[in-house]
Amino acid sequence: MSGQGKKPVLLSMRGIRIEGRSGETWSDIIRGVDLTLHRGEVLGLIGESGAGKSTLGLAAMGFTRDGCRISGGTIDFDGIDLRKASEAERRALRGKRIAYVAQSAAASFNPAHKLIDQYCEGPVQHGVMARAEAERDAVELYRRMRLPAPEEIGFRYPHQVSGGQLQRAMTAMAMSCRPDLIIFDEPTTALDVTTQIEVLAAIRDIVAQFDTAAIYITHDLAVVAQMADRIKVLLKGEEVEEADTRTMLAAPRQDYTRSLWAVRSYARPVQPPVTKGVPVVSVQNVTAGYGAADVLKNVGFDIHARRTVAVVGESGSGKSTTARVITGLLPPRKGRVLFDGQPLPPDYRSRSRDQLRQAQMIYQMADTALNPKLRLRELIGRPAQMYLGLTGKRLTERIRELLRLIELEPDTYIDRLPSELSGGQKQRIGIARALAAEPRFIICDEVTSALDQLVAEGILKLLDRLQGEFGLAYMFITHDLATVKAIADEVVVMQNGRVVEQGPKDEMFQPPHDPYTELLLSSVPEMDPDWLTRLLQERAARK
Amino acid sequence: MSEIWAMIVKRLALGLLTLFVISVIIFGATELLPGDLAQNILGQSATPETVAAFRRELGLDLPAHTRYINWLLGALQGDFGTSLANKRPIADLIATRLSNTLFLAVYAAALSVPLSLALGILAALYRNSVFDRVVNALALTSISFPEFFVAYILIFVLAQSGFFPSMARMDPSTTFGEALYRTFLPAVTLTLVVTAHMMRMTRAAIINLLASPYIEMARLKGMSPTRVILKHAVPNALAPIITVVALNLAYLITGVVVVEVVFVYPGLGQLMVDSVAKRDFPVVQAVALIFAAAYVLLNLTADVLSTLSNPRLIHRK
Amino acid sequence: MAVFLTLLKIAFAVAAALALGWLFRQAALTVTRGEVRKELRTAPVTASFGMLVILIYLVVAVFAPLIAPYAEREVVGGQFLPWDSTHLLGTDNLGRDMLSRLVYGARNTVGIAFVTTALAFFVGSFLGLLAAIVGGWLDQVLSRVVDILMAIPALVFSLLLLTIFGTSIITLILVIATIDSTRVFRLARSVAQNIVVMDYIEAARLRGEGLMRLIFREILPNALAPLVAEFGLRFCFVFLAISALSFLGVGIQPPTADWGSMVRENATLITFGDITPLLPAGAIALLTVAVNFVVDWQLHRASGLKE
Repeated sequence: MSGQGKKPVLLSMRGIRIEGRSGETWSDIIRGVDLTLHRGEVLGLIGESGAGKSTLGLAAMGFTRDGCRISGGTIDFDGIDLRKASEAERRALRGKRIAYVAQSAAASFNPAHKLIDQYCEGPVQHGVMARAEAERDAVELYRRMRLPAPEEIGFRYPHQVSGGQLQRAMTAMAMSCRPDLIIFDEPTTALDVTTQIEVLAAIRDIVAQFDTAAIYITHDLAVVAQMADRIKVLLKGEEVEEADTRTMLAAPRQDYTRSLWAVRSYARPVQPPVTKGVPVVSVQNVTAGYGAADVLKNVGFDIHARRTVAVVGESGSGKSTTARVITGLLPPRKGRVLFDGQPLPPDYRSRSRDQLRQAQMIYQMADTALNPKLRLRELIGRPAQMYLGLTGKRLTERIRELLRLIELEPDTYIDRLPSELSGGQKQRIGIARALAAEPRFIICDEVTSALDQLVAEGILKLLDRLQGEFGLAYMFITHDLATVKAIADEVVVMQNGRVVEQGPKDEMFQPPHDPYTELLLSSVPEMDPDWLTRLLQERAARK
Repeated sequence: MSEIWAMIVKRLALGLLTLFVISVIIFGATELLPGDLAQNILGQSATPETVAAFRRELGLDLPAHTRYINWLLGALQGDFGTSLANKRPIADLIATRLSNTLFLAVYAAALSVPLSLALGILAALYRNSVFDRVVNALALTSISFPEFFVAYILIFVLAQSGFFPSMARMDPSTTFGEALYRTFLPAVTLTLVVTAHMMRMTRAAIINLLASPYIEMARLKGMSPTRVILKHAVPNALAPIITVVALNLAYLITGVVVVEVVFVYPGLGQLMVDSVAKRDFPVVQAVALIFAAAYVLLNLTADVLSTLSNPRLIHRK
Repeated sequence: MAVFLTLLKIAFAVAAALALGWLFRQAALTVTRGEVRKELRTAPVTASFGMLVILIYLVVAVFAPLIAPYAEREVVGGQFLPWDSTHLLGTDNLGRDMLSRLVYGARNTVGIAFVTTALAFFVGSFLGLLAAIVGGWLDQVLSRVVDILMAIPALVFSLLLLTIFGTSIITLILVIATIDSTRVFRLARSVAQNIVVMDYIEAARLRGEGLMRLIFREILPNALAPLVAEFGLRFCFVFLAISALSFLGVGIQPPTADWGSMVRENATLITFGDITPLLPAGAIALLTVAVNFVVDWQLHRASGLKE
């Protein structure tokens, strides 16, 4: 793990510049980055979206995506100059000596071929092994990756295997030629936290067993802390700093790195639970679903004014379906939703305009939640015009006021299109649109999960401030427990369409827990580099 | 596996239903005619007696649904009634012409399908190269040409110089080799028109897939461009390619009409055009039904084949 | 040898066309500015050539009476006269001036095709958008009807309908527009279906917006780009279909000057080595090529400059 007794250098990249084309012009994606990797070493590459992590990782294979080109620097892989080498020479290295593990295994396995055929393709085509030998080897590696039924799983097609298993099968495939270097490009980002643990553990073990060097790309600090010997931080195509993992975690030198670390500490003061009075929204014994299956089973909870209820669960737990029942997009089979003690009509089309106005929604992907062809004036103004009858000057004044509320300068922004905004600004427009209706209740559906940490923090603070100003009730749908810690007053934990546990936040983060809550809480990676090792030991001991 | 059979049976049933509805439309369309059909055909000058006699001859004195059922039952046994123009049984008119048309269509398909698939795959492989640009511009141009323009240019260039006959006469004594030679120009005309479409769509289907993560994965595994296309892209492009081929073979049916007229080829298309001019309804109906049936069958075959080529459907969870 | 000469001529014509396209783009760049100019800069020579051709056809169609030396239906001399100074392109099978008929053909053939496309387009795209957003039984009914209509080959179907309803210009337009609107419906529906699942449409529905606002303000602006490209493609199809029908003698009827029927009327000349009948066919081909080149450029741009 540690850096003492350095082995020989395997990969050396010097002054790398990479350009990307947009339309007619080329602009820099990577601006002169150096990278050195020794044999058997794991380097964590961390940064926000757009930092150029994947581009740099692929460049280590001498590869660029369509519309990109390497414009400067040298790439030396074990004495081979990858920039000067011919395409055929580079091809001979790829898959054989440098392998790649993609973010989404489900999309990166070819749907037309069995897993084992895809496993064997590399060794056979590169002339490393004969087919029969490669097949035996596949079973062995599947076993080492702790895949269930290693003798049979290879004979399935990708769509017949779950996401976490596919990711492990892809790591096995990358190992098939026993490469010197593997590039892991956000291999667990698309997975749920409880699945992520198994994949992380399997990857770490196999890399150690074969003494393979690796570049581990991720935006998640806690994950990289478990996997890497050294960490390099990237920002907008430039290196911020690089250090040994423990040093980096204990004492980051640069402000930017420190700010990344600091985000996780944001938490607003907890407000006392409300026990009296009529809740703004009350979900009562709701059972709902699509087709024959029930997605929600007997779900119930209350949300009071000036309170935030976080609904937590992994994908498929029924969080978003609950929101669809409340908004009236999915009328429930059983149960009902009360607003201020009055039952809401189950279908949104039967609700009055005022009922629609009172409950607003903010979406996860601001990109798809804002009509790309409408200007901010209309996007924000429309609810005010429709519900409150504002027109002309008064409407414009209201739009300007809303823009100021979300901390955007009205003169600059009022006539922009969504495409002329950054991700965080788009999400702010989503918030302004909800506020324009002057609602009492807002559903926030994973509003920060598509954003970088710093930007997400800004959004959470803004939502927090607005709640105080307007006495709003929030329902906060999220899979991210850090967000829950930051903003919730009460927590509802869901699994397979049921509420497994609910209560005030402080109680939820204290034992004793429901077993599922326990699993969920313990699976969230922590910054401590020894966390994964300890957790695995604890879980093994309990069995 | 039983699910997939259920799906195929469902498709077949749907295809039959479609054919049935089409037969109703084709038959029922004449009922939309303003006024009396017999009067219409014979003209205003016809005496009431002649009209009445003609109505009986056409069976117009029976109710519409009875006539439809008789017509459909007849058609299923190959009996389409008699032509109004020359009073001959339509089945006799159609028999040889149907085989002539099929011969021409199969001839054109045999030339165009391999050619366009090869060109499409090559263009995708060498996309944005000079080869790709030239092939694309040629394809775009050839799509834009009316069939009769292509046909007359070929006549002008090749038939003028005496290489090939400009008229494709066929009779029972024509040998297979002779038939291939005589119908060369019409077949090439159809090939040119259809190949362009098929090639462009094949190229698009493959290029569409090249953006998929699993293609990038194959390239990062160090596979050669040829292997990436043939082993990784083509198997997944099968369903769209099959659809493309079927769509264009179906298009041949339409193209055949014009080409047959230009080359005076004794096929169904020419018969249909002649009958339209003479307003010979029973013949038009019969030929339209045959064309529509061929069209539906082709689409149905494509549907079933592309279902069978989808691993997600064949290998259920 | 003849084949070789022809190929040489074709190569020369292509080079000349591309040069014209380039000149046209340079000229256009000097007279335009702002957004339009920026857009034009991305046009390849093929598309520039296409725009030039479309422009010329428009001018000819609009000013046909001023350009044509003789009247559309006037018999001015003997039949099949060769090219000379009085009749630049000779005369046709009835002794009418070929050039004049070609010029009037631009107005008739292109005009009718344009009206037909526009009609097919409005009906098809409105119903397509409606089906996508309303969904349910309306979508089911419309889609099944369109499935059935599309299961009959277009040319065969139009031949059948024209047999029944006769061949006037109005029936021609209505028949072709009906058949073609099914294709527009399919496209508009599938484009709109991709938009309807967007969160901003859900947000608009939950806001309580009415149907017309949803269609015209929320969906249509986002569906416009593919629909406009489709308009170009549909125009080509309609134009070729009408020409084919006219060529077969069941489309635009004499004595109206129309390119499809002009080919048919004078086809006999081809076997005598006279290319005059190819001119109207070439006129059809040239316009379709031009429109296709422009559409291809626009589609390529719309696909996000991926390659």
